[in-house]
Formats: sequence, C-alpha cells, structure tokens
Amino acid sequence: MFSDFPLLSLVIWLPIIGGLLVLAAGKNDVLVRWLALLFSSLTFLASLPLYTGFDNGTYRMQFVEEASWVPTFNINYSLGIDGISMPLILLTTFTTVLVVIAGWEVIQRRVSQYMAAFLIMEGLMVGVFCALDAVLFYVFWEFMLLPMFLIIGIWGGQRRVYAALKFFLYTFLGSVLLLVAILYLYFQSDSFSILDFHDMQIGMNAQIALFFAFLIAFAVKVPMWPVHTWLPDAHVEAPTGGSVILAAIMLKLGAYGFVRFMLPITPDASHELDWLIILLSLIAVVYIALVALVQEDMKKLIAYSSISHMGFVTLGFFVVFNIFDKTNSVAGAAMGVEGALVQMISHGFVSGALFLCVGVMYDRMHSRNISDYGGVVHTMPVFSALMVFFAMANAGLPGTSGFVGEFMVILAAFKANFWVAVLASTTLVLGAAYTLWMVKRVIFGKVANPQVAELKDLNAREALVLGSLAVMVLLLGLWPAPLIDVMHASVGHLLEQAVSSKL
Amino acid sequence: MNFEMPNFALALPEIFVLCMACIVLLADLFIGERNRFITYLMAQATLVGAMVLTLGLSSSEVQYTFGGSFVRDTMGDVLKAFIYLSTLIVFVYSRDYMRARQLFNGEYFVLGLFGVLGMMVMVSAHSLLTLYLGLELLSLCLYAMVALQRDSIAATEAAMKYFVLGSLASGMLLYGMSMLYGVTGSLDIGEIGAYVAQNVGHNLVLAFAVVFVVVGLAFKLGAVPFHMWAPDVYHGASTNVTIYIGTAPKIAAFAMVMRLLVDGLGGLHVEWQGMLVMLAILSMAIGNIIAIAQSNLKRMLAYSTIAHVGFLLVGVLAGTENGYASAMFYIIIYALMGLGGFGMIMLLSRAGFEADRLEDFKGLNERSPWFAFIMMILMISMAGIPVSAGFWAKLAVLQAVVRADMVWLAVVAVIFSVIGAFYYLRIVKLMYFDKPEDTAPIEPAFDMRIVLSANGLAVLALGIFPGALSVLCVEAMK
Repeated sequence: MFSDFPLLSLVIWLPIIGGLLVLAAGKNDVLVRWLALLFSSLTFLASLPLYTGFDNGTYRMQFVEEASWVPTFNINYSLGIDGISMPLILLTTFTTVLVVIAGWEVIQRRVSQYMAAFLIMEGLMVGVFCALDAVLFYVFWEFMLLPMFLIIGIWGGQRRVYAALKFFLYTFLGSVLLLVAILYLYFQSDSFSILDFHDMQIGMNAQIALFFAFLIAFAVKVPMWPVHTWLPDAHVEAPTGGSVILAAIMLKLGAYGFVRFMLPITPDASHELDWLIILLSLIAVVYIALVALVQEDMKKLIAYSSISHMGFVTLGFFVVFNIFDKTNSVAGAAMGVEGALVQMISHGFVSGALFLCVGVMYDRMHSRNISDYGGVVHTMPVFSALMVFFAMANAGLPGTSGFVGEFMVILAAFKANFWVAVLASTTLVLGAAYTLWMVKRVIFGKVANPQVAELKDLNAREALVLGSLAVMVLLLGLWPAPLIDVMHASVGHLLEQAVSSKL
Repeated sequence: MNFEMPNFALALPEIFVLCMACIVLLADLFIGERNRFITYLMAQATLVGAMVLTLGLSSSEVQYTFGGSFVRDTMGDVLKAFIYLSTLIVFVYSRDYMRARQLFNGEYFVLGLFGVLGMMVMVSAHSLLTLYLGLELLSLCLYAMVALQRDSIAATEAAMKYFVLGSLASGMLLYGMSMLYGVTGSLDIGEIGAYVAQNVGHNLVLAFAVVFVVVGLAFKLGAVPFHMWAPDVYHGASTNVTIYIGTAPKIAAFAMVMRLLVDGLGGLHVEWQGMLVMLAILSMAIGNIIAIAQSNLKRMLAYSTIAHVGFLLVGVLAGTENGYASAMFYIIIYALMGLGGFGMIMLLSRAGFEADRLEDFKGLNERSPWFAFIMMILMISMAGIPVSAGFWAKLAVLQAVVRADMVWLAVVAVIFSVIGAFYYLRIVKLMYFDKPEDTAPIEPAFDMRIVLSANGLAVLALGIFPGALSVLCVEAMK
C-alpha cells in the first residue's frame, strides 16, 4: 500500500524542513518547543509504516526510491531499506522525540537553534541508514558532523570547544578515507550504487586497502580501541540530548557501515583480517570495561561502557568467519550478527536512558561527579527505581534487552573459539561491576551531601521519557522475536555475501 | 600576400568593454565627488552588457579570428561569464566599503574594467602573444589597484612586492614562450600543439620551455613555491582590491593554464604532470598548514587560496577531459567561495574599522545569526564538507585523479583537507561558541545584504544541486 509513496524521503525531509521552520520561528521559545515536538512526533508516526509495511520474507531493499542527482558522475538519489537498517531508523525517530522532550525546560539558551540542530540531525541520520548511493551516504554521513559539532560546542560543558573540535576532526579524518575508497570503487565499476559495489569482483590487494580505509572510517565512529578517545570527551561535554543522540544512534552508524560496506564489499579481506577486528573488539570489551571501573564522572563511565558494549557489536559481526570455517554453514553464524544487531538497538535504549538519568541529576545538582552524590534513593524513589532498572539492563540482566544481544554474541563466540568467548564473557562480570558500583555510590548509602537531601523526584516530563524507555527495554528483553524476525532474511543474505569469495 | 578582413564580431565583448572602459574613464573626469555613483553604475552596466554580448555570441562550435590568434569557444564563454559575474559582485561589495574610507574613486572601477578586459583576452587567446598581452594588461591593472591606497604603507609595500615579483614571473613566462617559438617556429597555440604532438621524442629545449612556462603559470596562480607574494598582497591591499585579486583573475589564470599547458603543450603531458604533482602537494601542504598559524583573516584566506590552487592543479594534472572539467568546476566554485569570504570581511568592516582579524568574528551568531549562517556555509564549503559546493568541487577533482590511477595523490589531498578543516572550523567556533567582543550593529547597505546572502545561498544551492554546473563544465571541455 505504500509502494508508490516516497515514505523514506518523507522521514528524511520532514524533520529537516521542521528544523528550518523552527529556526525561522526564532525567539519565540514556546512556539519553538511545540513545533519541534510536533515535527519529531510526526516523523516518528511517519516512520511507523516502515515497520508495519515491511516484508520480512525478503532480503531485497524495500521502499526503494530512485532519481538522478548528478548525472555527470552517475550519482543518484537512491534510497531503500532492509531488515538491518529499518530497526535503526525507528530507533532514530523514537529517540529524537525523547530528546526533544528531555530538552524542554533544560535548554534556555538559543532554544530554536538547539531544537533545529536535533531535528536536522534526525533527518540526516535516517538518510545515512537508507542511502543506497555511496555519495548520498557520504553526504549524509559527513554533514551530520556539523550539527553535532555545534551542539557540543554551543550547549556543552567546560571543555566544550576542545571536545567539539576533537570530535569533528577525528571523524572527518576517518570519513575522508571512506571518500577515497568510494571513489576507487566508482573508478572500477562506473557506478556509485552500494548494491553494485556488493556484486563487484575486487582483487585481494585492493580489498585489503579498501578494508583499512573502511576500518579507519567506521572504527572512529563506533568507536573501537584505540581511536575511541574522542568519545569520552565528546560525551562528557555534550548537553544531555547530545549525549543521548551520540550514544544511541551515532555510534550505530559506524557499526552499520561495517555491515553495509565492509562485510559485503571486501569479504575476502575481512575473512583474512577478522582476527584484527576480533582482537580490537576484545580489547574494547575487557580493557575499556576496566577503564570504566575507575571513572569518577558518571557520564564518562557510561561513555566507556558504551565503547565496551560496542565492542560486542563488532565482535558479533566478525566471529562469523570462524564459525563458517568450522561448520561450513551460515546458519550458525547468523546468531552472531543478529546478536550484534540486537545489541545495537538495545544499547540505543539503555545508554540513552542512562545518559538521560545523569541529565536528570545534573539539572538538579550541576555535578556529574559520583562522589557528590549518595543516598539519592531517599529523596528520589521513582527515579532511583528506574535508574537501577537501566543499570541492570546495562549489566545484561536476563529479562532486559541488554541480555539478549550479549547472550547471542557470546553463544556465537563459543562456536567460533572458546577463548574468545571466555574473554567476551568477562563483560558480564565487569559490566555488572562498574554499573552496579556506580549505582551503589550514587543511589544508595547515606545522604552525604545536603544538596541531595533537597532533591525533588521526577516531574511528569522526565517520568514520561524514562518510563517509555523502560517499557522498550523490558519489551525487547522479554520478547525480542519481532525484531529478530525482521532482520533474519537480510542477515542471511549478508552472510551469503560475506562468505562468498570475490577474487 | 592576401589580406583577410578579421571577423570582429567574435571579439565584440572585448571591444565593448574596451570602449566602455575608456568612456567611464573620461566620464569620471567630469563627474563630481557627489555623483560618483554614476561611474559605479556605468561600470556595472558595462559588465552586464558584456555578459549579454558573450552569451548572445555563444555557440557550440569553436571559432577563430584575427589570423588564428583569438578563439571563441564554450570554455571561454563560460569562464568569461563567471569573470563578469564575480567582478560585478566585487563592485557591489566594494561600493559601500570604499565610500566609508574616502576611497570611492572612479579609478578603481576603470582599472577593474581594464583588468576584466585583460582577463577576457587571456581567456580567448590562441597565440602566445595575445596571451601575454592579456596577462600584462591584467597584471598592470592589479599592481595599480593595490597601490591605489597611496597613503597606506602596507598597501604601497604590497604593490612594490607584487610588481617586482610579478614582473619576474612574466619574464620567466616570456622566456619560456620564446623557447617555444624557437623550437616550433610559431606563436599560434594550435600550431605549437600540433608540432608537440608530432615530435613526441625528448627535446631538451622544449623541456626547458615547459619548465619556464610552468614556473610563470605557478606564479600567477600562486602555487607553492611561487606563492610568496600572495599573503603580503592580500593583507596589504585594501579589502576591495584583495577580493578582486582573489577571485576573477584566478579564473583567468585557469584559462591560461588550459590554453598553454593543455592546448599548446598537451603532447608533453608526461613532462609537466610531474611538476604539477610537486606544485600541488606543496601548495596543499604549505597552504593548509601555514593557514593554521594566521591570526589575520585576509592572510588566512590567502593561504587557503594557495591550498585551493593545489587542489585545482590535482584536477589539471590528471590530464584527462574529465580532469580539466573538474578543475574548471573547482575554480568557478572557488571564485564564488572567495567572493563570499572576503565579502564577509567587508560586511563587518565599517568606517575606521577593518574586520580582518579572526577575533572580529567572535560571537557573530549573537550579533547576526543570518550572516553567521552564511559565513558558516562558506567555511564548510571551503573545507569541503557536504552539503556545500566545495564538497562537490573536491569530489570532482578527486574522482578525476583516482581515474588517472593516482589513488595515492587522492589520499594525500584528503589528508591535507582534514588539516585545512581545522582552521575553517575555528572560524565557525569563533562565531558560534564565543562571546562577541565587538557589539556594534551590523548595518550593511541593502544591495550588499542581498547579494552577499545570495552568494552564500548559491554556495549552498550548488551543494544540493551541483548537476547543472558540472554538466556545463563537461560540455565546455568537449
């Protein structure tokens, strides 16, 4: 029923147009907020048919749109989604609504620019997830840096300028290499279509060069150890909304790049060098978790925990080659990739929620230091219940969404290699350690600080935001089947591509 | 000996500009201080008239006249159109700026028009002599324009430097041309091209000729290591002159590169490719790295121009039609960005105050969100970040060089563009993250406000719809 309607374009451009309108509304803060809420909600509603109208049975791109853009270089405005990108688009539209609500009273300075930046970002992020033309992908991918740069730099904390520049230059360096890789593929195939890239024959040396270009571009965004250092700075200095979007969606863009570009375009190089990614992922899982343990700053702790969790995602993507070598079937390997994808969605909810929790406390106390808190449960019981719940999800408690993804990836890792699985499993211990220890020091204990004694519990707005996230975390944890069904066919096709040689 | 009447019609735009420049010069003598805007209007009318003539005469075939020393082709028409357009914009920006500084003299417009004539001759030259004639006409106008502000020590110094170094470069170019004439026995670029294509073997004199020609061209473009004049001249000249030097003449210089290196010495592509690779890498490196250390925006833009020239050369050295079209696309977009960048300095300047330091842009978002936005578009475009015209310019050049099987050069180029992004972003940072120091209201003239906004939006629009311009450039190179 939606086959002719340009639904994807609507979901991309509606928030961008909304953002421009919000900018035009200018100084009238009340109008700005309601406009932003209106457009983000409309976008969310517009994105729902992507789920209801989605055909689970095929791996082919759906809701496809195609138009010529720059004929000289054969660049097309071509959009389409499969089971991998569709859930991420819904995550984006859902999170943006929450971010708009979360910034309602908190942001008092240049409200219209703040809201506009988030709305425009939303459109651009959706654009990245559905672009099927490499240049279109790159344009969305790169342009997104600018609003985020402004968000961190204008509304951020003390060292915001340093963090904003670091964020921008790190990711820009990564993405220009992606551009060269795309141009090389264009030179070989005379097309910028990502699907054409998937079908190309590429020699091993070229594949390895492309592999490293992709790796640098996407690893910075994920971020993987050792190029992760921009993330803690950016997270700590960004305003709450910025942190949420960064953690919930922008990190997923890097992981999405791995499945859209790296595995299908350079399968042989990925097969050859999968040990490298597995190694980097394990370092992220174990070492970064240890780093998280010693953080004094709550936002920094959650930022490091994000890196550690994203290590699981990349691990899930790249254990498949080992499983395939051992079992010679892609069926067993599918669990790794599906686990990683579930982990991406779940991490979007959980890390977003945790950053919002920190934001709630920060708005009241203007401190992110763990040592300034203690005994919050005595004054904010509802908030504390929710925060403990999200902390449990972050630690991977069964019944929450955090468990599903991690469990699937660890199971897949056991099929691949026992020791990899053992190292990956340490996250269950370490993750619990750093999260619960933080919760213990912040939420429980005696009321150490007179300011804590005067805290007020959640207002309706905050309760709505955190409550809806809690529902999603619980729902996904108890009944992940709808999500996994959606991605099954696409993951199967992805693995077919990943294990068939292109030499 | 038969005498053939040349077809004057093809050179009608040039003849028109020449006559009008003389008329403006004479008329200005009789126009009083108070009515100087008449000179301004006449100059603008000249440009519009030339635009009409050029577009009216344009056709898809290549036509020669004056015994083959003058050519009219699509590339020439497109480049001329953009030369008129950017000069027109320069005059709009300059009017208020000059009036506030008691610099509102007719000479500026007359010299500007003669400079345009020189550029037009360069663009249409099909003989070494014509080319040189156009170049010298342009250069002499530029030297004089820099010196117009005769009480300013910086401007005088800049004019002297420019004149001495410029003459040196012209000498080099002329020396190279004389060797070309010696070897080929012709001044006609077409005949030189034919000779070079037939005698492909190694010829030492020809190789030397290429070296001198490349040096001369590199100097006029401002490529490293022949860039030393650029920062001082950009800084020393008053901004209305800097904006003139920094935009249209670059388009003309590109035309000169096309006529000499490609049409004339295309057969020696292997010889000059290596030289251009060096020039390109050095320009991108020095331009981008030294720009970081600048605290003066005009100097920063000078170094940024040097870096852009490096990118332009990357397109040219690919040595394919695709590469030339990309380079042409690049130079046109560069001119648009340069106009906007210097235009912003003139916008923020007022009587007795020159907004050419980086600090002057602090907190612009709070003083004028709209012009901060325009400046941001210009800066991200210069950095080559989508969605802006500058991104497509870089993309076009990079795909050309990747197609020429020089992926490594593309990697070098993008690495330097990351370094370059830092200083452009610093401007965005100053405008958006910092508090304003200067709180004077920004009250530009109405026409300036409109044109500058259109200028910035054009950069954005070309970033969203680059198709038409890039098709135009490809057509021009056929």
